[in-house]
Amino acid sequence: MNSGDLLLTDNPDWDSGTAELGHMLKPGQLDLSHKVVLYLDGITVSFDGFRALNKLSLTIDAGELRCIIGPNGAGKTTMMDVITGKTRPDEGKAFFGQTLDLTRLSEPEIAHLGIGRKFQKPTIFENHTVFENLELAMKTDKRVWRSLLALLDSAAGDRIAETLQTIRLTAHADRLAGLLSHGQKQWLEIGMLLMQEPRLLLLDEPVAGMTDEETERTGELFLTLAGKHSLVVVEHDMAFVKQLGGKVTVLHEGSVLAEGALEDVQADARVIEVYLGR
Amino acid sequence: MTSSPARTPFIVRLGRSLDARSWLLIGLFAAFALVAVPVMHLLLPPGNPLHLSTYFITLTGKILCYAIVAVAMDLIWGYGGILSLGHGLFFALGGYTFGMYLMREIGRDGSYQSDLPDFMVFLDWKELPWFWTGSDHFLWAVLLVLIVPALIAFVFGYFAFRSRIKGVYFSIITQALTYAAMLLFFRNETGFGGNNGFTDFKRILGYSITAPETRVVLFALSALALIGTLVLARFLVTSKFGRILTAIRDAESRVMFIGYNPLWYKLFVWTLSAMLCAIAGALYVPQVGIINPSEMAVANSIEIAIWVAVGGRGTLIGAVIGAFIVNLAKSWFTVSFPEYWLFFLGTLFIVSTLWLPQGVVGLYRRLRAGRSNRQESANDAEKGAGKARENCGAPASAPLAAAKGASA
Amino acid sequence: MRTIRLIVAGWLLGIACAHAAIDPALLGPLASDGNDAKIVAITALVDGAQREALPVLKAMARGSLALAGERVVIVDGERVIDAATNAEIVPAPEVTESIGINNRLRRELASTLAALRLFSSDREIRWEAAQELASGADAEMLPLLEKALASEADPEIKARLQMAYAQGSIGSSDAVVRLSAVRLLGESGDPNVLQLLGPLTEKRGDSWAEPDSAVRAAAGTSIRAIEKRLAFAENVGRAFTGVSLASILLLAALGLAITYGVMGVINMAHGELLMVGAYSAWAMQSVFQAYFPNLLDWYLLAAIPVGFCAAALVGVLMERVVIRHLYGRPLETLLATWGISLFLIQVARTVFGAQNVEVANPVWMAGGIEVLPNLLLPWNRIIIIGFSVAVLAAMWSILNLSRMGMFVRAVTQNRPMAGCVGVPTGRIDTMAFALGAGIAGLGGVALSQIANVGPDMGQGYIVDSFMVVVLGGVGQLAGAVWAALGLGVMTKFLEGWTGAVVAKIVVLVIIIIFIQKRPQGLFALKGRFVES
Ligand SMILES: Nc1ncnc2c1ncn2[C@@H]1O[C@H](COP(=O)(O)OP(=O)(O)O)[C@@H](O)[C@H]1O
Ligand SMILES: [Mg+2]
Repeated sequence: MNSGDLLLTDNPDWDSGTAELGHMLKPGQLDLSHKVVLYLDGITVSFDGFRALNKLSLTIDAGELRCIIGPNGAGKTTMMDVITGKTRPDEGKAFFGQTLDLTRLSEPEIAHLGIGRKFQKPTIFENHTVFENLELAMKTDKRVWRSLLALLDSAAGDRIAETLQTIRLTAHADRLAGLLSHGQKQWLEIGMLLMQEPRLLLLDEPVAGMTDEETERTGELFLTLAGKHSLVVVEHDMAFVKQLGGKVTVLHEGSVLAEGALEDVQADARVIEVYLGR
Repeated sequence: MTSSPARTPFIVRLGRSLDARSWLLIGLFAAFALVAVPVMHLLLPPGNPLHLSTYFITLTGKILCYAIVAVAMDLIWGYGGILSLGHGLFFALGGYTFGMYLMREIGRDGSYQSDLPDFMVFLDWKELPWFWTGSDHFLWAVLLVLIVPALIAFVFGYFAFRSRIKGVYFSIITQALTYAAMLLFFRNETGFGGNNGFTDFKRILGYSITAPETRVVLFALSALALIGTLVLARFLVTSKFGRILTAIRDAESRVMFIGYNPLWYKLFVWTLSAMLCAIAGALYVPQVGIINPSEMAVANSIEIAIWVAVGGRGTLIGAVIGAFIVNLAKSWFTVSFPEYWLFFLGTLFIVSTLWLPQGVVGLYRRLRAGRSNRQESANDAEKGAGKARENCGAPASAPLAAAKGASA
Repeated sequence: MRTIRLIVAGWLLGIACAHAAIDPALLGPLASDGNDAKIVAITALVDGAQREALPVLKAMARGSLALAGERVVIVDGERVIDAATNAEIVPAPEVTESIGINNRLRRELASTLAALRLFSSDREIRWEAAQELASGADAEMLPLLEKALASEADPEIKARLQMAYAQGSIGSSDAVVRLSAVRLLGESGDPNVLQLLGPLTEKRGDSWAEPDSAVRAAAGTSIRAIEKRLAFAENVGRAFTGVSLASILLLAALGLAITYGVMGVINMAHGELLMVGAYSAWAMQSVFQAYFPNLLDWYLLAAIPVGFCAAALVGVLMERVVIRHLYGRPLETLLATWGISLFLIQVARTVFGAQNVEVANPVWMAGGIEVLPNLLLPWNRIIIIGFSVAVLAAMWSILNLSRMGMFVRAVTQNRPMAGCVGVPTGRIDTMAFALGAGIAGLGGVALSQIANVGPDMGQGYIVDSFMVVVLGGVGQLAGAVWAALGLGVMTKFLEGWTGAVVAKIVVLVIIIIFIQKRPQGLFALKGRFVES
């Protein structure tokens, strides 16, 4: 891969003006030379003695679509917290590409480097319209001065319209996001993620609360995203996991229990034990 | 693909941030404050029914300053969701920094006929403390008004927001901040006149401070400052910045995960808000003729919040209306029924939080909407049902209410 | 003068024969003109009348000795007592002339009296006399002290006497005597001794005030030892006032630790609940004054339950009428409760007047215990410390051991779930709030003993109380205790260096900085529910 392509920013401003008010963007460059987009090694997180993650190691390849399953409390959400900078691990390494140490960066910095996240509980801006939600999420210079004077140009408008189409909310563009149904909110959050144009998408139970039809459409969307982006999907819905294909990782008590194709994993004795009770 | 920096001139965008009707209202207000008031005060004789008394000018001028503070508070609280209980500090600091200039302008006309302000003579000080250097220059005083409170707000805000201090915690430490400052200013050694503060001003830029013309000019300046504040605030809240600000209020973590650093957004609006308060304080002091540490009392800062709450937070005009309602009521009560003022104010706090979450402006909107659209009542009933369901952990069916609960 | 004391000593050591009354001939000269004549008269009196002379000399020292015609009498308010027989004269005769004394006589009398008392058979009297002498003996008293030392058996009194002896002998012309005196004085903890030793290390003109260098050096050592001891006592004193302040902060904040710390309700009217408690104490005092005047000293005990109930009642009203509609909206709660506080202040002004009311300490809270020569611990502080510990213990057991406490914790951790398993959440909220308010009322009762009671008193505590709770960490009783202790002791020690106002400012700034570093307080609760 040509590293020029991988420069996250096409806006030279981002690399300058380190002392300016509103600077939060480190000149970051995603190095995918080993085709690994995310590298977790020996991550341990404990809460008051309880180990939510226990020496978790995981590698996601560039362009991969990975599903993560595991019983409740396995540490899936906590893993995402670690990747996005919300929770600092007690030990272990977390790298984005070859060079970017996620354990040293703040949430906005990580988001800016190109990791997008959808929460387990849909979090959108309920007092903003659907359109504004997408506008705010759009990949752009996110410093204070820029937002003070920012104007939407037509290209941006087109991009929002396109995304609205993809998430089938065109008709709702001017409604307050808080008034959407649960499934629509999930879609809107996915739409916001798309507007961010991340390299890596972390999706925590994205189809919870969706109808079967909506679920299937979501699956199709994810499949089209794979390749260009890398996706990590946490899901309980096995049919959905099956639809996505790809490699499956089973998390249990904070570490990886099994990894492989869905059928192999499902046949694994330990996995069956974990899921069907001991 | 990124939104391009403004190609439209800034001034045009400033103009566009308000609709025609608002501009008309502002124009009318400006005409009243800048033309009608001077004429009615200076030219009409006191006997004339249209004559405006000095009392009117002083009271209204004072409330105009309060209205600026209310708008500043609304920016940070109504839009940013950050309830400051320390805005009285910035107001008072603005007053003090400008008050230093007014003290120097007294010259040798004080009771001790000394070059030093009276309170320093009284304390037997021989020379001005270093921070009084240059305070006899008007422009330096104005500069200090703009810089000092803003700087203090910036430093304090930087550390508070960086540590992600939010909600009530933030309110409580701002309260501690203004309380500490009040204790500091009460000390004579601090160099700001101790508990008497500054008073007995004589001149401003050489003009007598009590002359009717000076009063009218100060009044007009306050009105202009309020208009400027409103337009600026309006521009901010309609810009993308404003949308991000309210987004931070509603779901801060989401804002962080889409790549904005809330620290700088909060800090910007916090510092700006402090600066506006300081300007209001600087305009206030020459009009009322006194500034002392009690302006920094905890109660004063909380009262600012109630102006905004009564008017309707999250609406700029609401803040102005609230400042007027509460302060007019205050001057009426304290003259006519001083013993009932606290009852009234206390009730106002309770009523506006319990039954008027959107304040007077919200009430007006509801009434109007109710008249044109009977459906409103049905909506309310539904909301009530949603609340009842929440009790047993049903899935959140009243998203707006829930979001407000989380952020407020 | 020495003669008087020698006579006294001689008399005391010899066998005293008790006279029923004093010979008036001995008394008469006391009224003679001129100090010297009076001193001669005192000598003669002590020589002749001995034990019976004590009340007369005491009266003379007080200046209440007088002449009624020829008779020497003691004037005691309305009563007139015959100095010779020590019996009241009825009807009281006209007092013709009072017997004046000047400072010189007063000094003489004081020493003479002390000396007389040194040989009393009552230990208490001897102790007091030794105590007095230890802080002001001079060389003239040395022989007397020597004799007293020889006869004194009580070690404590003996130590005091030694101190007095050292003080007396510091002026001796013999360097060896001075040296041992200076060394002995080094064991004192009395600030007055410093003034005695200080001049020894100074130069007077070109020469040293103390010619002997060994004595000088010893004086320096002794001074340092005393200063160290004094500083220690001072620090103990500060620590005590710090703990005392901490107990007050804790009492003020404990109620908040429930309403804010556990329930998450920002109650800005908390200070006014303290006020309700304090006014309850005042009301109880008035009730006792009117109906049980002979039990007046015990009004405070009655005020405890009354203060608790009154504040709890106000708390119930607040919760039912206002706060319950605002759960989950802390900032609104803050404003509404501020409104309530304004309301309560005005109610207090209207009902009790805008002035502070007078709440008196019961007699059993007056005075204190002296643990070191310059360190007195007042009873009211000690009792309040004990009271706060008791309240803390009671609160802890209610929260952790009772069924209601379990419900409270359940409701605060997961309201919907608690509701679904049958906990009456609404009632629990009210009860928990009432408990917090009641505890504030108890705090108010305690505050009434050491602070002004008035309509505005609550406002002064609100910032401090919140600081304690916030600093301690929300939901943490232990945190509140440590925070109160830390704040109290820190404030008092800072006050020693910087004065009260600056200390307060510094403490607030330290808290603000501390919260920046540890936003969750001293005892951080980690967990998801903290963040939301
Ligand atoms: N902030 C936290 N404080 C305490 N415990 C936590 C926290 N975050 C997660 N946990 C605990 O860690 C475990 C893993 O949680 P989570 O990652 O949410 O699981 P999953 O998403 O796989 O269901 C759970 O037992 C949870 O209670
Ligand atoms: Mg999860």
